[in-house]
Amino acid sequence: MATPQQQQILREPVIAPPEGAEVQKSHAEPKLHTKDLDFFYGNFQALHDISIRIAENKITAFIGPSGCGKSTFLRTMNRMNEALRNTRVQGEVLLDSQDLLSMDVNDVRRRVGMVFQKSNPFPKTIFENVAYGLRVNGIHRRAVIEDAVTKSLNRAALWNEVKDKLHKPASALSGGQQQRLCIARALAVNPEVLLLDEPCSALDPIATSKIEELLFEIKDTTTIVIVTHNMQQAARVADYTGFFLLGRLIEFDNTKTIFQNPSKKETEDYVTGRFG
Amino acid sequence: MSTTATLDQGVAPPGGRVVSFRRRLRAGDEVAYLITLIAAGTIFLITALVFYEVFSQSALSRHKFGWSFLITSVWDPVAGTFGALPFIYGTVVTSILGLLVAVPEGIGSAIFLSEMAPPRLSNACTFLIELLAAVPSVIYGLLGIFILVPILERHVVPPLKSAFGWLPIFQGPFYGVSLFSAGIVLSIMIVPFIVSVSREVLLAVPRDQREASLALGASQWQTTWRVVVPNASSGIVGSIFLALARALGETMAVTMVIGNTPQIKASLLAPGDSIASVIANQFTEATGDLYLSALIELGLVLFGVTFVLNGLARILIIATSRKGAHS
Repeated sequence: MATPQQQQILREPVIAPPEGAEVQKSHAEPKLHTKDLDFFYGNFQALHDISIRIAENKITAFIGPSGCGKSTFLRTMNRMNEALRNTRVQGEVLLDSQDLLSMDVNDVRRRVGMVFQKSNPFPKTIFENVAYGLRVNGIHRRAVIEDAVTKSLNRAALWNEVKDKLHKPASALSGGQQQRLCIARALAVNPEVLLLDEPCSALDPIATSKIEELLFEIKDTTTIVIVTHNMQQAARVADYTGFFLLGRLIEFDNTKTIFQNPSKKETEDYVTGRFG
Repeated sequence: MSTTATLDQGVAPPGGRVVSFRRRLRAGDEVAYLITLIAAGTIFLITALVFYEVFSQSALSRHKFGWSFLITSVWDPVAGTFGALPFIYGTVVTSILGLLVAVPEGIGSAIFLSEMAPPRLSNACTFLIELLAAVPSVIYGLLGIFILVPILERHVVPPLKSAFGWLPIFQGPFYGVSLFSAGIVLSIMIVPFIVSVSREVLLAVPRDQREASLALGASQWQTTWRVVVPNASSGIVGSIFLALARALGETMAVTMVIGNTPQIKASLLAPGDSIASVIANQFTEATGDLYLSALIELGLVLFGVTFVLNGLARILIIATSRKGAHS
């Protein structure tokens, strides 16, 4: 019998309700919610008092100069920082109003997927890369896995390019294809939230625009949080944008507001290129 | 001023020194090429020389016994009859037994040290393990005789016999010195190689590979077993080959616990002999050209055994890794 986790992986992605209802819901109940979040590497405090509400099935972008803590913050939301030694987190992170920090960590990471800055496919075949998340969650039926792999590759807009070489090594793909493969791999376990940590920083503009397009495709069913160095990218894809500086969330608002009419001077300096 | 520009123009520039430095660098390329070529060539040369010497010095024995040297079991210096089979058997059996024990033990501890242990403990343990690799083999032999054999006699062999006594390999009396004891001593000796090399390659697996797996909801162990270990597999295999080579050639420790009896018994508990061990034991007392030549031919056989076992291990690995790619 499939466990609840497995059923969740195999469920059909739910299409979001109509726009009006959805906005109301996301205001009432954010998908991810942090309260007074502090984070420490040893004695160094990397995040100060981050409180934020991340809306369901929207794209939220974090911008800011290098070392401002935006990646660290992203990694608290799937507890990836716990893989690092000598780190400490204080405050609250809520996923669907439930305390994420006290949930089973593997469960959290299955529900909150992640794509990294550098594409990191496993040294396996394309098929096995996408199937990996299903296999480690105990799904072994060939037909089910094949179906999920096909769907995920389709959602990641990679299917047409790889359908004839599913059993070739993933390393044979180009950089942009590898990154989309990593997205497909993350989508295969049907995460509710997808965190992307500068996913396009090593890609050329064409590969970048493909990834941005696919983000629009999947945002109907998935809450997306993206960290980016590229302000144009944030302006293009994000519904909401947050600006980080020195471990603090300076400003968080509609993307349009952040770029055209920010309320803080630091934000304005950054988005107009006077700083950073 | 960029160097390329000056070079392109072919003029002696104010930075003439830069050019001459580049020239010296280019000369350095040649020198480095030559030195490394000589280094690599020397290894090839030594191997070839050893092989040639062993081959030519064993001519007498090879001509007298031909291929039957490999498949006959009588080793009688007085009668001048020499057959290598018991030694080949002993070498192969003890080495394989050593690997069977050492590979799971070594890889297991390497995984613990690299993936699970706190770094401080891991480093301390690794230091000790590398120390183990430096212990002279005669010490292992002594430890084998005085400590390991009594332990085997009292605590290991009796339960083994009662549980698996119906298997031919655990039948017959156990006098302490035996193929079994030699295999266990070998396993202890080769574990450090497997641990220290495997740990290094496991630690070298990039963090992003681990994170990719963890981010999909895989547990720590699933990540280790399905991602980290496969990433490191070629290095781990290398460590096993290193260990196998050491086991095949090990002389002193083996000779002290194997019993030095040239016989082929199905039971691991019976004494036996190995190629390296018999060469070491009998070389000084080898009177007569044929006796000496037969011992040298044993060296040639050890070459062959090493070659064949390495080849088989490689084939086995290729076969299993192919299967792994599909499952």
